Amino acid sequence: MWDYAPSLESTGHIDLKESYDLYIDGKWVKPSSGKYFETINPANEKVLAKVAHGNEKDVDRAVKAAKKAYDTVWSKMAASERAKYIFRIARLMQERARELAVIETLDAGKSIRESRDIDVPLACNHFFYYAGWADKLEYAFPNRNFEPIGVVGQIIPWNFPLLMAAWKIAPALAAGNTVVLKPAETTPLTALKLAEIIELSGLPAGVVNIVTGFGDTGAAIVEHPEVNKVAFTGSTAVGKHIQRAVAGTDKKVTLELGGKSSNIIFEDAPIDQAVEGIINGIFFNQGHVCCAGSRLFVQESVAELVVRKLKQRMDSLYVGDPLDKNTDIGAINSKEQLEVINKYIKIGIEEGAEMYQPNCEIPSKGYFCKPTLFSNVAQSNVIAQEEIFGPVLTIQTFRTVDEVIQKANNSPYGLAAGVWTDKGSRIFNLTTKLRAGVVWANTYNKFDPASPFGGYKESGFGREGGLHGLRAYVKLK
Amino acid sequence: MQGLRMVLNMIDLTTLEGKDTPGKVKQMCYKAQHLHDSYPDLPTVAAVCVYPSMVGVARKELKDSMVKIASVSTAFPSGQAPMSVKLEDTRFAVGEGADEIDMVISRGKFLSGEHNFVFDEIAAIKEACGKARLKVILETGELSTLDNVRRASDIAIHAGADFIKTSTGKIQPAATMQVTYTMLMAIREHYDRTGKMVGMKPAGGISTSKLALHNLVMVKEVLGEQWLTNEWFRFGASSLANDVLMQILKTETGNYQSADYFSID
Repeated sequence: MWDYAPSLESTGHIDLKESYDLYIDGKWVKPSSGKYFETINPANEKVLAKVAHGNEKDVDRAVKAAKKAYDTVWSKMAASERAKYIFRIARLMQERARELAVIETLDAGKSIRESRDIDVPLACNHFFYYAGWADKLEYAFPNRNFEPIGVVGQIIPWNFPLLMAAWKIAPALAAGNTVVLKPAETTPLTALKLAEIIELSGLPAGVVNIVTGFGDTGAAIVEHPEVNKVAFTGSTAVGKHIQRAVAGTDKKVTLELGGKSSNIIFEDAPIDQAVEGIINGIFFNQGHVCCAGSRLFVQESVAELVVRKLKQRMDSLYVGDPLDKNTDIGAINSKEQLEVINKYIKIGIEEGAEMYQPNCEIPSKGYFCKPTLFSNVAQSNVIAQEEIFGPVLTIQTFRTVDEVIQKANNSPYGLAAGVWTDKGSRIFNLTTKLRAGVVWANTYNKFDPASPFGGYKESGFGREGGLHGLRAYVKLK
Repeated sequence: MQGLRMVLNMIDLTTLEGKDTPGKVKQMCYKAQHLHDSYPDLPTVAAVCVYPSMVGVARKELKDSMVKIASVSTAFPSGQAPMSVKLEDTRFAVGEGADEIDMVISRGKFLSGEHNFVFDEIAAIKEACGKARLKVILETGELSTLDNVRRASDIAIHAGADFIKTSTGKIQPAATMQVTYTMLMAIREHYDRTGKMVGMKPAGGISTSKLALHNLVMVKEVLGEQWLTNEWFRFGASSLANDVLMQILKTETGNYQSADYFSID
């Protein structure tokens, strides 16, 4: 009786070309291989556009252009002038926020609610934030001499395509570097729209170059001798590969890799609020979040209550068309990723964990996965150890503070953690003892350009965002 | 459209002013049953809500109509009167023919920590109500924190409230989404523990269809569809009905009509 009528965001206003070339030296150039690949909408498996597959030669062109732009224009320009360009990019992005949000949703499968309210505004804010720093760097590094690094190669993931491009490009430009960026092969479109915006902004040619492609394109960037710094966000496996590739060179590296972050609920926490936080922690962006709160630790006295409320809340989540404004959980980014998630769900069942999925319908076409919860899980379960990168939550209970600290830290990852309690002293105790780059107190997945983000252990090194984020893009003397 | 009709059917059409006259109450009672006669097959509102002194007038007008009569009581809106007066106030309204009683809690006592007093008071009024259903007004605008709203909701529910209600309409802020959500969560919790349903009535400040639909969505998401009837959910409002009528007619005809085409009673 009471299904909501669909409330679809219109796609009539977007401007998508049939095919996209590489953006190198301020021009759109054809890939030297002549090869193009298709990018699809994971919600209906339809092709959105063809995108150039850049190879080693193209990367070389891009790096040379970036080097030339660095030497002749960008490093000579007054910092206040650099700031103006970055501000201009931010404003142009804001003007096209709706188009960017819709394209992001089409290409990545994420719900329009998230791309419209989170991804795009945050991406704009990163440009605004770092534009402000560009001519104030001496206050960022007081009493130190500093200079830009030069040409930075940046490789970004498919979970927050535009936002990650902003996280990478904005601080690099503010600190005076030039950029060669490769978006992920499943989600190149918003980075290409950003290239159009950059072109429109009049940014000098070669300062930002966008080279689309696959792993080989990324490898060419990492291995190029004239790239002075590599910034990578993605899987820990690829991160390790990059580490090996740059060994013996003087390339600087920052890596933002995987995670298996813990979300810890104490009995004195505001339970209803905590339940919302857990839901947001794991189901935000279909769980395709490196800092997703995928390991839930609940104090045993409230475990039953929390699990009951979680299930109830999961029942009211809407899984479906990402363009529908009612949708909470959109499409899984790719067929490959859906297979990975399903593999882990199968492992979880085989390991004897108790699975719960709401009784909701999912579209027959496209890649979708129901929100999933596993209780009765042990630290030694595979599903509690490995990053699933999907809407799958594992629940464990604990009795004492020491126990939960030990369990939370017992992971090769250390990206983020959440703590829910009414006691301030307990929050401070845990934030100092949890080995995680970000610890949220009574909230989760809260992002702000002024706040640094990054990992411990195999979750990577280097910080992005805030003052700390600038540090990765300068040489201090 | 379905939602809009449902909103109409959940409204407690309200007039609670010192200057209320029998004439005004009569007009409102007529409107309650004939929302917009030029558009056939509209539902009626759920109830009219008046002061105890007007219950008799309303009873005479509504006779055996499906529209219920709700009466505020217990020295509405301040609640600053002795217990004996509040009980008498309630018995009088019930005696005059009220189907529902909207009582106010003693906010002063609640805020000073005398929760037992508040509980006992609600229980006593519930007893005085007899067959009439009891709505307990928390006056959330005076409770200052959501923690207090939740505590007061729990007290009212345990003391026997059939409905919990946000506000008198005399204090701002009234029925904000946050407050209504907090109260719905208290109802949900009670239902999960005991299996007993309690109704919810946001009142004050909900004057547009859009806001009313937001509230319905919230009820559906938090409590479920079984609450989506006027037995378990009401809007306390004086001007909401006409906005909903305007939206219904707009949906039907494609055109907005002037407010002058909707009677103000």
